[in-house]
Amino acid sequence: MAKVTIDGKTIEVPEGTTILNAARMIGGEIVPPAMCYYTKLETSGGYCRTCIVKVSKGSEKDPRPMPKPVPSCRQTIMDGMVVENITSPEILEARAGVVEFLLINHPLDCPICDQAGECSLQDLGYEHGKMKTRYEFKRREFEKIDIGDKIKLHMTRCILCYRCVKVAEQLTPGRVHGVVNRGDVAEISTYIQHAVDNEMSGNMIDVCPVGALTDKTFRFKSRVWFTKPVDAHRKCDTCSGKVRLWYKGEEALRVTARKDKYGEVEEWICNECRFDHKKTSDWTIEGPSHIDHHSVISANHYETGNALAALKHDIAKQQKQLEGNDMKLKEGAMNPNNQ
Amino acid sequence: MGKQLLINDLDKDGIATLAGYKTHGGYTALEKALKMKPEEVVEEVKKSGLRGRGGAGFPTGMKWSFIAKPPGVPRYLVCNADESEPGTFKDRYLMQRKPHILVEGMIISSFALGANTSYIYIRGEMMFQYHILEKAIQEAYDAGLLGKNILGSGYDLDLYVHCGAGAYICGEETGLIESLEGKRGNPRIKPPFPAIKGAWGCPTVVNNVETLAAVVPIINMTGDEYAKIGIGKSTGTKLISASGHINKPGVYEIELGVPVEEFIYSDKYCGGIRNGKKLKAVVAGGSSVPILPTELILKTAKGEPRLMSYESLSDGGFVTGTMMGSGGFIAMDEDTSIVKNLWNFTRFYHHESCGQCSPCREGTGWMEKILHKFIEGHAETKDIDLLWDIQGKIEGKTICPLGEAAAWPVAAAIRHFRPEFEEYVKKGRSMIDVKHYYRINNLQPA
Amino acid sequence: MQQDSSVSKYSGKKHVKFSDEALALAHKIMKRYPEGKQKSAILPILHIAQAEFEGWLSVETMDYVATLLKIQSIEVYEVASFYSMFNLKPVGKCVIEVCRTGPCWLMGAEDLVRFIEKKLGIKEGQTTPDGMFTLKTVECLASCGTAPMMQIGETYHENLTFEKCGAVLDEYKNKGEQVSHWRKERIKHHSDIHR
Repeated sequence: MAKVTIDGKTIEVPEGTTILNAARMIGGEIVPPAMCYYTKLETSGGYCRTCIVKVSKGSEKDPRPMPKPVPSCRQTIMDGMVVENITSPEILEARAGVVEFLLINHPLDCPICDQAGECSLQDLGYEHGKMKTRYEFKRREFEKIDIGDKIKLHMTRCILCYRCVKVAEQLTPGRVHGVVNRGDVAEISTYIQHAVDNEMSGNMIDVCPVGALTDKTFRFKSRVWFTKPVDAHRKCDTCSGKVRLWYKGEEALRVTARKDKYGEVEEWICNECRFDHKKTSDWTIEGPSHIDHHSVISANHYETGNALAALKHDIAKQQKQLEGNDMKLKEGAMNPNNQ
Repeated sequence: MGKQLLINDLDKDGIATLAGYKTHGGYTALEKALKMKPEEVVEEVKKSGLRGRGGAGFPTGMKWSFIAKPPGVPRYLVCNADESEPGTFKDRYLMQRKPHILVEGMIISSFALGANTSYIYIRGEMMFQYHILEKAIQEAYDAGLLGKNILGSGYDLDLYVHCGAGAYICGEETGLIESLEGKRGNPRIKPPFPAIKGAWGCPTVVNNVETLAAVVPIINMTGDEYAKIGIGKSTGTKLISASGHINKPGVYEIELGVPVEEFIYSDKYCGGIRNGKKLKAVVAGGSSVPILPTELILKTAKGEPRLMSYESLSDGGFVTGTMMGSGGFIAMDEDTSIVKNLWNFTRFYHHESCGQCSPCREGTGWMEKILHKFIEGHAETKDIDLLWDIQGKIEGKTICPLGEAAAWPVAAAIRHFRPEFEEYVKKGRSMIDVKHYYRINNLQPA
Repeated sequence: MQQDSSVSKYSGKKHVKFSDEALALAHKIMKRYPEGKQKSAILPILHIAQAEFEGWLSVETMDYVATLLKIQSIEVYEVASFYSMFNLKPVGKCVIEVCRTGPCWLMGAEDLVRFIEKKLGIKEGQTTPDGMFTLKTVECLASCGTAPMMQIGETYHENLTFEKCGAVLDEYKNKGEQVSHWRKERIKHHSDIHR
């Protein structure tokens, strides 16, 4: 075990833990934002630089400060390390700089972007960015393309986090997409029109922190904040079958993996679960999802007051329908109080 | 001219061939080294005080001593011959004219590190030198200097040349390793450092061409003797690539400690500024290091003469000093536009950014666009401050040093030549025709 | 109906294949890297591919290199599009690469580019209608002491003036041969390359 102090809060963590994960164990506002790091994807992180922190004391053994800010997602802690995140004005300023860099070529087309409301870049901009851009040149543009019949790639929105490439590398049998070209014209691409066609490819949508990879079956169907997430499962031979259904009224518009409070997928799901099962009757409903997220979606969240009551009502209504359809339901699964 | 250890005998017949190189004392250091223990070779290099000649100036012996030695895991030595820093051309010069000094230095260094396979990563543009090295290596194999049981010592080494294909970033050691592995030259996130996990996951040392070549004289003359050459902690000799508006551009081997003024104006070296013009500024160590105006390159802020040494060039930090860097010495005369030159440098870094991390990917292009506004004559005063702010937000925030390399020239140009930026703002489009490079008739036949 | 086996049934394009010499050389190079790490040979092999197939890398060529190295095609596309020496579109027989950076620029590289543009009647990045020349500007070629300069194939043409540059181009035009970084003769006679 090793002791680390982040913004004055001390915690003991196992050797080899990164600063970011130590911060997540402490929790709260001292947790640095992360746009490219993803716990389940090996070698992820280090690219976006939003999680940079200052190490003001290297360790008990070698107390020298580190000369430059370090990416907290990749830097492992040493015993006695002291880290400054939100207590360091330089770090806050540097992070605002990174946010600005990430946004200068971003189209800011949130009004027509399916990701809006659950977009890490929106949250990042809102929480760590500045009010105004100083960029006055033409923004970079790419053609929209389909990679496979279920996934849309809006490269213009991409922040090159490499998560989708790592999904393809680590979850699928043969990677057909990657990063081509270099510098600020580097892009996620299949290079030639190539379908990303394998049963786990849909996870690329879930790991994408922005609206660069979106679910074509959900495209323009609804703003995410008008849909209500419900945890559900089904028996699946390919994946765990544990998903989140996103309802608008009585219709499930979208299926995604379940995500934790840092927006990371809890268990990968297969394309069949994601794209081919949108009927409530395909699923065993567990109850409303707990969304511990700080974005637009939770600002207007159903768990509070009237919204929750409305959802309970919706679920009860569906339960009745299902019963009418002679569907066998797991006992108590539809009771929101069981959540 | 002071001591010369690397390019002293380039005029000798056949020095590029094994026979010629041997006639003039080649491969004696190898014979000597193979009779020593590997640790003793490392010790000699430590004693010599040799510092990396690629740009960072890290002590070579120390770098070697960091290499991990897990049993049963191969170790690699990789020579960084991806010389692409604007203003630097010494390695290409050396490899073309005296390839065997690199081969000999590689064998000795590989022996010291316990590497049995080593690579020379040469940039793809230097295809001509690539084949010169291939030939030299073949000659060395034929003479029993490479392969199994070198000179009966029981030591085996295979040495290969590997060519790049056009990417400045592959000069960064982990970008180079990625490229050697057949990938995009994206620098790795450190730690782990190459000495622990380098090429194909094995402990690896990456050294510059000139560094490895310098090992040859060090072994020949002993580390202690080498350390007597030069000044203070800047021991030995250094190849300087001199270019720009000087009378005698070319590669010079200097004993570290030569006064900058002597280097620029003496006929032994650059021979002064062309066409009787006055010197305006110097970039002393390749395009990444801070530019200095004449008064600060010739004398430090304390008024002492500035010397060609690691310490003296960096005297005053970045406020009034610069860096030795790779030794790419670019002189600019009074007609040079610092703003336009900076735009050119920044375009370079924009073009060469690998695109992995956001500050460099987005920041380098942004700075280039703003600088283009200046030379097109519609910049505003706030753009100077914006440039200053952007470079500060790139520096130190990136995965690899390309961020700093792109930020430093911008910071230094504004620091020392802000009035010139203001002039561009004030005069606007009338600045478009300002002379910004050597007169066009220079290229026309006399 | 008989299928032509030299044509891809997907793209309808001709399958590409290295000459025997190039293939032998490629296999020689692959052996230089640790076992199972033959992907490391991708850069030299792409250079050879450019020399073999008219100076540029088509999708078919890159797919061929992928099978040679036993890797996914995307890995070749990723690499080929990263490095500036690889041309992903057809080019002229002779690619003129003029250094545009730092010292060369100080010494008049921009004027040199304008001169070549005027002489050949094309703009930077374009190819002459006769398919002889493509004009490219490139970053520092490590020949700053002999600025301005340009590279054609493996040859550096240094200390250029307009007159000298014009003469060099005329010479290439008269020869009319394809010039590549990895010269074809060097592929044919690669005995100087060990192992």
